[in-house]
Amino acid sequence: MECVFGMVGKGFALVVADSSAVNSILVHKSNEDKIMVLDSHKLMGASGEAGDRAQFTEYVQKNVALYHYRNNIPLTTKAAANFMRGELATALRKNPYMVNIMLAGYDEETGPSLYFIDYIATLHKVEKAAFGYGSYFALSMMDRHYHPNMTIDEAIKLADQCIEEIRSRLVVAPQNFIIKIVDQDGAREHSWRRTTKD
Amino acid sequence: MSIFEYNGSALVAMVGKNCLAIASDRRLGVQLQTVATDFQRIFMIHDKLFLALSALASDAQTLHQRLVFRHKLYHLREERDMKPETFASLVSAMLYEKRFGPYFCQPVIAGLGDDDKPFICTMESIGAKELAKDFVVAGTASESLYGACESMFKPDMEAEELFETISQALLSSVDRDCLSGWGGYVYIVTPTEVTERILKGRMD
Repeated sequence: MECVFGMVGKGFALVVADSSAVNSILVHKSNEDKIMVLDSHKLMGASGEAGDRAQFTEYVQKNVALYHYRNNIPLTTKAAANFMRGELATALRKNPYMVNIMLAGYDEETGPSLYFIDYIATLHKVEKAAFGYGSYFALSMMDRHYHPNMTIDEAIKLADQCIEEIRSRLVVAPQNFIIKIVDQDGAREHSWRRTTKD
Repeated sequence: MSIFEYNGSALVAMVGKNCLAIASDRRLGVQLQTVATDFQRIFMIHDKLFLALSALASDAQTLHQRLVFRHKLYHLREERDMKPETFASLVSAMLYEKRFGPYFCQPVIAGLGDDDKPFICTMESIGAKELAKDFVVAGTASESLYGACESMFKPDMEAEELFETISQALLSSVDRDCLSGWGGYVYIVTPTEVTERILKGRMD
């Protein structure tokens, strides 16, 4: 029931995630932030097993920070993506992390980028991607309306269309969504899309 | 669904007259859903040796990284590139190391060996080599590929004709397989140059 999707626009990358924390039929909370800010210019939207998600994302965040302290330069988005893939791949045959990751980042030299990382450590650089049951709707909406170099307004409008589609067509649709954006000014929360207050 | 069919793939390599061709499809899927239509499965190890890895994309990426590492070390120690036959033995040994917890990949290796003699081989996921003089196939579309290649292949084709043949064989085979397709990458390797071409097929 978790939905995470993302897309790359002109000079920015966008990640949208639902914010429900669910246990069987019970919604524990509906303002869970599943998009972690890795560093000043990286966002990581994660979906999957709740404990693994929290553990793995924090582990990656601290290691990215450690690299920065040791080497005095931040990791590029591609390097961070490959680091994550390596960790997932190493754990895969011992104690797999059941977490799907959408990594969005902005680098000075290469601009915005989005990486799809599966829970079995498949890594691919993409323009648009989605995880979860919501992906069936979000991907189709994006296939129809996405084009390269969209402006922020166009991308937010497309994200809203995807959220609308998920809300109307998914039987157990999440209540609230969070949208985060990363561009040359940094990674930050953009807005929420709420149907329930928490 | 088998783990070998999780991501979907189609690979083929063919031998021509002093040249060879290696081709793959471009789809990356997660079972029934297509995630990307520009996924690379063919990797260049050196300018006369290509490795393509089918089946599970994650293991294909892991294996590729490990093999590039081993080849770079070899190059540093031996001060030359690996011959395709040697590389095939290396891949086979690495796969058999994991005999009881294997990599879910079927590699296709294509290269020009001594005197630029074309060499192709494939192996299954635990490293049993299959050498061939004409063509090798791998992936979810392998059965269709066997049929298409068997009927379209002629020995001693020149580079241009080889390109046409391998492209037609690949596209017609992936059209019958829902898990592979969305175009193709074709590499033509001759003693003097490597040409990469992207095919547009049925995008579905």
